Amino acid sequence: MSVAKPAWNVGDELESRTLPPVTRLQLIKYAGASGDYNPIHTVDEAAEEAGLDGVIAHGMLTAATMGLPFSPYLEHGYVRGLEVRFSGMVYVGDEVTIGGRVSEREESGEGCVYTFEVYANNGENTVASGTVDFLVFEDSCS
Amino acid sequence: MSLERFIGHRSEPVTNVVEKGAVKKFAEAIGDPNPLYVDEEAAKASRYGALISPPTFPRTFEYGEVEGLGPPGQGYIHGEHRIRYERPLFVGEELSCYAEVTDYYEKEGREGPLGFLISERVGESLEGERIFTMLDTAVLTPAMRESLES
Repeated sequence: MSVAKPAWNVGDELESRTLPPVTRLQLIKYAGASGDYNPIHTVDEAAEEAGLDGVIAHGMLTAATMGLPFSPYLEHGYVRGLEVRFSGMVYVGDEVTIGGRVSEREESGEGCVYTFEVYANNGENTVASGTVDFLVFEDSCS
Repeated sequence: MSLERFIGHRSEPVTNVVEKGAVKKFAEAIGDPNPLYVDEEAAKASRYGALISPPTFPRTFEYGEVEGLGPPGQGYIHGEHRIRYERPLFVGEELSCYAEVTDYYEKEGREGPLGFLISERVGESLEGERIFTMLDTAVLTPAMRESLES
């Protein structure tokens, strides 16, 4: 298990990462795992009827991937807050890049809270953006 | 009748269990099979002492239906999602969950007024301790609004 200890400073950029192209199978898996069976995410005809160029990824799947950069640090803290605005569609085949930067650090009774401005981009547009608050427990707080 | 009439309406609470298999399947589907989500031994040895769930997992729970509306905001365009935790969520926990419509307003769009339905979803322990609060914005096109308002 990764034991990376967070050592962030305000202004630091998170290393951006580009995820593998979105596949229909991934959307089917997410539909099953989340219980969101809205067919615009899995069935071409339904997506076309809704005026889309094809099936689109669930917004909440994109929101979930925006938490990926924080996963290696779970031994030292957790995502206490997440705020995501959806601003574009993610289609099958899109390669989504996620990234962000540290915008704030605040002491709290439980440790220190880092606020990140985060984004997801499909190469053409920002498809989602927002903030993540990551609480680092007191004993891991530097 | 405008959807404003649902403001302040709340669902009956529904009991949900944070299921181990569901968390594992979810973690895999989002491409984040962190041992603390999926590996019981690793989780037991961690500071949490038990498996925890990914940040967006609570959106998969059932929150009940607002009478006359259904699960608020479901089936429309997802505009915004927010969640705030009071503490991590543990696998095996039982939660009492409900949803409430907290606001509705309209803004002029290209093809007529768009509706914005804001709903809050809350997860509490069975003892009434709040664990998380979600706030979602659903966007309704004129066609979606008409089908609800008729």
